[in-house]
Amino acid sequence: MSSVLQRIRPGELLARGGPLAGLVLLVAVMSFLSPVFFTTNNLFNVGTQIAVIAILAFGQTFVIVSGGIDLSVGSVLGLSGIVFGWATAVAGFSLPAALALGLGAGAAAGLTNGLLITLGNLPPFIATLAMLSAARGLALVISGGQPLNPIPPAIQTLGGGDIFGVVPLPVVLMLVMWAITIGVLRSTYPGRCMYAIGGNEEASRLSGINVFNQKLFIYTLSGFFAAVAGILYTARLASAQPQAGFTFELDAIAAVVIGGASLSGGVGSASGTLVGALILGVLRNGLNLLNVSPFWQQVVIGAVIALAVMTDTLRRRRKG
Amino acid sequence: MRKRIAFLLAGLLALAFVLAACGNGGQDEEGNGEEGDGEGVRLALSVSTLSNPFFVTLRDGAQQAADEAGAELQVSDAQDDASQQQNDIENFVTQQFDAILVNPVDSEAVGPAIQQANQADIPVLALDRGAEGGEVATLIASDNVQGGELAGEELIELVGSGSVAQLEGIPGTSASRDRGQGFQQAIESQDEVELVASQAAGFDRGQGLNVTQNILQANPDIGGIFAQNDEMALGAVQALGDRAGGDVKIVGFDAVDDALQAIQDGQMNATIAQQPDQIGSLGVENGISLIEGEDVPEEIPVEVQLVTEENVSEFMDGEEETNGG
Repeated sequence: MSSVLQRIRPGELLARGGPLAGLVLLVAVMSFLSPVFFTTNNLFNVGTQIAVIAILAFGQTFVIVSGGIDLSVGSVLGLSGIVFGWATAVAGFSLPAALALGLGAGAAAGLTNGLLITLGNLPPFIATLAMLSAARGLALVISGGQPLNPIPPAIQTLGGGDIFGVVPLPVVLMLVMWAITIGVLRSTYPGRCMYAIGGNEEASRLSGINVFNQKLFIYTLSGFFAAVAGILYTARLASAQPQAGFTFELDAIAAVVIGGASLSGGVGSASGTLVGALILGVLRNGLNLLNVSPFWQQVVIGAVIALAVMTDTLRRRRKG
Repeated sequence: MRKRIAFLLAGLLALAFVLAACGNGGQDEEGNGEEGDGEGVRLALSVSTLSNPFFVTLRDGAQQAADEAGAELQVSDAQDDASQQQNDIENFVTQQFDAILVNPVDSEAVGPAIQQANQADIPVLALDRGAEGGEVATLIASDNVQGGELAGEELIELVGSGSVAQLEGIPGTSASRDRGQGFQQAIESQDEVELVASQAAGFDRGQGLNVTQNILQANPDIGGIFAQNDEMALGAVQALGDRAGGDVKIVGFDAVDDALQAIQDGQMNATIAQQPDQIGSLGVENGISLIEGEDVPEEIPVEVQLVTEENVSEFMDGEEETNGG
């Protein structure tokens, strides 16, 4: 027992923990630099601020694990929010109907991605790039380029309310989506198919997996998660914004990769993605608290992304 | 048949040339050196889109100035389509207008069309947005520095003494730079109010909300926020909840509909409105000056106005702004 402990050196501990160790280090540094960082209130702020990106990134995890990529999630977020906003504020639909329409729009956009990739034989990068443009365009068409108000009070509560007086509802929703992602990836047939397809698509097909159907499901799921993020974004602002989610796909992909997933597929986890989103969130929050120049913030964020992914790949190489 | 049409077209064109020459001649006769006398001058205006009220007001301002000067003004609507705008400007060049006013759909894409006007020796004036790639005699746009200063002075007066924060736009953009510079000037001209945090929020409502939350965490006692556009200001309103507009004063920029509403509801305290009609009329006046051979400055800043609870109702009827951030 003691010999095992002796064998672990401190540097190795950091490398073994991967993204989580990076997050702990980052939190320690921020707590040291800013007296208000490590307070309950601020930590819940960080949670609230990453909720939208984390939910997008959970959806993106399914896609990346299966060896694909979904560039459209930011635009699909915007489209879903606008469809929901239009349904309640302009068309006067009931709340459940409006929610169904908003979530349905996201799922439909995701399904379209899937069809373009399977039936249309397009590479995921191109299919979802096309959707990135088309979904944003549709959001602008439906909204006429204007924010849509008012948003029903129940939904505003989702954005600004809390439970037990402390835990913000966006954080609760994020944790629920996290649990769903864990469940899907670990304990369902489609979840295991994602790893199989991402590991070796041809082998998966030969071993009897219906890759066509699984891909449709994967991209639809990603679209649905983007729609949930879109409703949450709309709830937080109490207004549906046509430009909502602009460039969020980059943050989502970064969170997944920082969390230890491989862009070549077959590797990735829900918890890794959550840690990835937290690293980005803690960084942005901390840099704001420290009032760092906005010019330098972008440099720091870039450096941390590169470092986080690099330590992880080095760790893997040592293992292999 | 085709030949006959060609002849007919050539004839019409010739007639147009003659008429144009007459028009110029007429102007020469009357040229009495008085500024703004544009009798017989032919101006063309290519507007980016007339489905945005901001640009409709810009056109109305131009039309009024042209009517007053006795000049002819032809207006085309590019419907936010850069290639349509290129066609419009090409047509203006073919029609040999004396000067062309361009409100670009896209600063880059408008370049080739402006070069055509340059080759035909027709002066081009850019309105509201700059143009790249061709030679533009002058750029007539809102004075963002003055706007930032005006907003800063208002915020200082509202807060009285204590600390304030600033939400910056997209780092490196001219709108962010100029508005920030003006605000900084206002802050530096006095000692009562101190700027304790200045953070970027990308001209975006969602980022405005997050960044305001973070600023409040680090500086719980701030008495006011200047946001470099209304979208971020509305994000700050969302972050502050009941404290918005009362405990913590909020001043935005642009006078978009949602912000005017927030001012009326007491959640925001002020914003800055541009004057699109002035941009239009100054375009026509300077166009006429150019045709008469006078020099005009390379950039003509247009004054902006402060909107507060007192005068917000004057702005509530459709005047809005969608550019610049």
